[in-house]
Amino acid sequence: MKNYDAIVVGAGHNGLTNAAYLAKSGLNVLCVEKNDYIGGATVSRNLYKDWIYSNCSYVCSLLRPEIYRDLELARHGLQVTPPYGGGCTFMENGDYLGSYTDPQVKYREYSRFSKADADGYERYSADVMRQCRFIRDFLLRTPPDPTSFRLRNLRELAYLGGRFLDMGEQRMYETIRFWTMSVAEYLDEYFETDVIKAALSGSGIIGTALGIHSPGTAYVLLHHYMGEVDGNIGAWGFARGGTGAVAKAIGEAFQSYGGELRTEAGVERITVKHGKVTGVALSNGQEIRAKIVVSALDVKNTFLRCMDRQDLDEDFLHRIKNFKIRGSSGKLNIALGGVPSFPALPADSLLINGFMHFTDSMERMERAYDDWKEGTWSKDPYVDMMIPTLTDPSMAPPGKHFMSCFVQYCPMQIEGRDWTEEERAQFGRTVIDQIAKYSPDFESLIEHVEIRTPAVIQDEIGITEGNIFHGELTMDQIMFNRPIPGFAQYRAPVKGLYMCGSSTHPGGGIMAAPGCNAAREILLDLKRPDVTPVNFGDD
Amino acid sequence: MADKYDAVVIGAGHNGLVCAALLAKAGIHTLVLEANERVGGAAVTRSFSQGYSVSAVAHLLYQLQPQVERDLGLKISVAAENLRTVALSGDGNHVRIDGNDVYGVSDADKASYRDFRSRMTRFADLLNTYLNKTAPRLTKGAGKSDLLTLVQLGLDVRRLGRREMREFLRLIGMNIRDEVHERFDSGLLRGAISLDATLGTHLGPRSPNTILTYLYRLAGTHAVLKQPAGGMSAVSEALARSARENGAVIRTGMKVSRVIVQNGRVAGVETESGDTFRSGVVVSSADPKSTMLRLVGSKHLETGFTRSIHHIRARGNAAKLHLALDGLPGIAGVESEEFGCRFLIAPDDHYVERAFNHAKYGEASVKPVFEITFPSFRDSTLAPAGKHVMSAIVQYAPYELRAGWSADTRETFWKLALKTLSHYMPDLERRITASELLTPADIERQFHITGGHWHHGELTLDQFLFTRPVGGAHQYAMPVGGLYLCGAGTHPGGGVSGAAGRNAARVILRREKTA
Repeated sequence: MKNYDAIVVGAGHNGLTNAAYLAKSGLNVLCVEKNDYIGGATVSRNLYKDWIYSNCSYVCSLLRPEIYRDLELARHGLQVTPPYGGGCTFMENGDYLGSYTDPQVKYREYSRFSKADADGYERYSADVMRQCRFIRDFLLRTPPDPTSFRLRNLRELAYLGGRFLDMGEQRMYETIRFWTMSVAEYLDEYFETDVIKAALSGSGIIGTALGIHSPGTAYVLLHHYMGEVDGNIGAWGFARGGTGAVAKAIGEAFQSYGGELRTEAGVERITVKHGKVTGVALSNGQEIRAKIVVSALDVKNTFLRCMDRQDLDEDFLHRIKNFKIRGSSGKLNIALGGVPSFPALPADSLLINGFMHFTDSMERMERAYDDWKEGTWSKDPYVDMMIPTLTDPSMAPPGKHFMSCFVQYCPMQIEGRDWTEEERAQFGRTVIDQIAKYSPDFESLIEHVEIRTPAVIQDEIGITEGNIFHGELTMDQIMFNRPIPGFAQYRAPVKGLYMCGSSTHPGGGIMAAPGCNAAREILLDLKRPDVTPVNFGDD
Repeated sequence: MADKYDAVVIGAGHNGLVCAALLAKAGIHTLVLEANERVGGAAVTRSFSQGYSVSAVAHLLYQLQPQVERDLGLKISVAAENLRTVALSGDGNHVRIDGNDVYGVSDADKASYRDFRSRMTRFADLLNTYLNKTAPRLTKGAGKSDLLTLVQLGLDVRRLGRREMREFLRLIGMNIRDEVHERFDSGLLRGAISLDATLGTHLGPRSPNTILTYLYRLAGTHAVLKQPAGGMSAVSEALARSARENGAVIRTGMKVSRVIVQNGRVAGVETESGDTFRSGVVVSSADPKSTMLRLVGSKHLETGFTRSIHHIRARGNAAKLHLALDGLPGIAGVESEEFGCRFLIAPDDHYVERAFNHAKYGEASVKPVFEITFPSFRDSTLAPAGKHVMSAIVQYAPYELRAGWSADTRETFWKLALKTLSHYMPDLERRITASELLTPADIERQFHITGGHWHHGELTLDQFLFTRPVGGAHQYAMPVGGLYLCGAGTHPGGGVSGAAGRNAARVILRREKTA
């Protein structure tokens, strides 16, 4: 039985990133994955004939540029292309709101609805950008422990405090407000047009079990805006070959450093002896030894499923049980025989290359959340729909297309019990009907539909309740509170055990930051040189 | 009597009175101008039907800051104190809460409640220290006193002990629903706590921020409920007496229509009746929006500031229902001696959340939540012998009802309220001899509070401490020389507490005495 220096559990993008940095530093690393493919939710798979579905995550934006460069992901085949044009929101009255990337075209389009809002957008954009720049500095840093007097924590607190003070008094108050407000109320301060606000508010609740009126959702906007493509902050794009290309590239970087990947090797248990981790036991019975085990799984999977209760104290277990990982999103992946037409848009509009939304009012957005609270899927859901093959034709046979629909809200269970097949079909129907209202030929083009509720995602990938962030991004669960106050620095309460998934700071989305930060802490503990990249800081 | 004063206070609500009393006590020649005929603002006792009186808006005393009582030597007589809470259940198996004890729940819930109270009161005590101080400025050039406050806050939080400090940092932004679900099994207990956290707000139990509002409620006296003798006017009258004894002049029936501004400084105020009162210091206890946009006017203010004031969210959702009854209603499972308690209708947190859902869309709750008292049970001055008054806060009745508050929509809301009440008090309806419904729109009109909002502005983290009412103008002084705010719209917020008035007075004395 071979001995490794470190075993990383789960080959999601954070696990792979963590493994890559550990391997890069010279450690002998094994990354184990239960499925026969890597990536976790960062995947694109051939699920129907010759189509490739990005059947979970579907866009690339948040991937830290520092990691992109440092792991040479481009050399390993990752290519991210922004869609040309922008996106749009279809309106029930037959009109649409175009969201153009070109600022002048955007201004003209907003002016169609309200000149004040066109001007308001410039202010909004500048203010949100300021928040993005501020938070980007924290992403590749381990959060401080504010209860600790250790030098390292005091230094980090001083650093963060200093960055905050550097903003100047007014900006500090604005930042406090931004971090505590709801996205709806934040947008109310810039815009008067309902559809404009509705269109922008979606980013505040994607993957979140909160409504646009819930305090704290303005902060979630950042998780969708703070990314970039090639230095263009806020931009997003499609990875060529689907999102799986991201995991594939990181996996290859890992292997180029001598790392070993093993699929179809699900972990049954993380083994502990005398308070120290000794390795893992796979579901096939095989035991593998290592002094360091890093879990990329969410904390409930890690501690409640993969460990013996007696190896952890009751209080810690209690807190992990209460860490909120709620399923609120569903997904439809559709193989299309051609491009559906959207008569509301001008002919040859480039807007169909980007996102397409169908919720044109804040009330409809919020009511969708009310349905989730009642334990059912939104009967008028928020659908974030895209046709990536218009930008990356490689994902479908020539002339055919792949459509991705991300849906809020979709609960883990229906009124406290499991979904029936009938209900899953009805959910799919709700989404298809939503889109069909705006595209008369859409349904006739459907060749195949994959309907994913949180339960389906959980079964397939393992993420508790299929929550894309591995835990809500609310004030009580971010930064030094993530996942549990006192355990927000990637170290688990057992010596040699670490956490590197999205349940840790800075949270989810395909950032790779948690994986990287955890590697930094592990190398620190091993007194090995830090090979993780430094934050780029700002231009 | 000269029409020149050292300070003019606009509004004789409890904060205005506290501020005026403290200014007068320090030797400042102070005039208080109140638009209504009586002092008290929303802390006032009114007759709503021949022989029947009720505390018109605020109806229980539980937040009056001990420092305020002490500084002014206040003596307020109470008709009842330490009121228990009865969380009503449709089947008569009510849950009763008395201080740190709860009855009608499992032993696990009882123990958990004691632990919950212990932690929450501890956090509330921490918070309370800072509710009674001026919120510091955040700036590299902050004054010594501000820095000291920040450092002290940090140390106080640290002094909680590591474990409690972590809990504090975790809970402060959290929602009450998740906390009550983590701790309790009893739906009624969850509902009661959720109601306490959301009364007077535009939030539901699932909304982040509701732990803050719950802590705010506990700050000061741990929410020990008192019923002043003679209704809430007992508090306002005691404050008015104190102000007068210290030399302040209070004039009612004088509605200020304008703050006179000359060369960027206040010169006095003008009333609707045409009187002018000159003063170099004007302190408004009216809400920030009314004060700055209506009484001062945006032409004296910089655009960014005006926009921020404009953005202050003040949408009241609490309506008040007053009933004159020919006798106490029958409530299954409630003994007659218990009518001195506070009754809640909030069967569980999900019920409260559903009630809140409506408010988001400008609708009134179809199944509202209630906080009910029968003040006449302990205070015979409020109703004729053998008869009774019921005073209830009903949520959510949005200030800006989408359909507009008209005779029809009031009637609809009244009927829905009565329907819910009748479920618990089947013979209530036939006992009603008179009634009064005050929607937030009514409260705005009658008490001159924008949005009819308890706190003059939502008590959420983005409108709290450093950013209340507006970041940079959160230390009572406004960007017009000599102009101050001292009402619920400033730090720390509303409720009948007096903290805002006291904090403002101290700032004014510090600034103006050296001037």
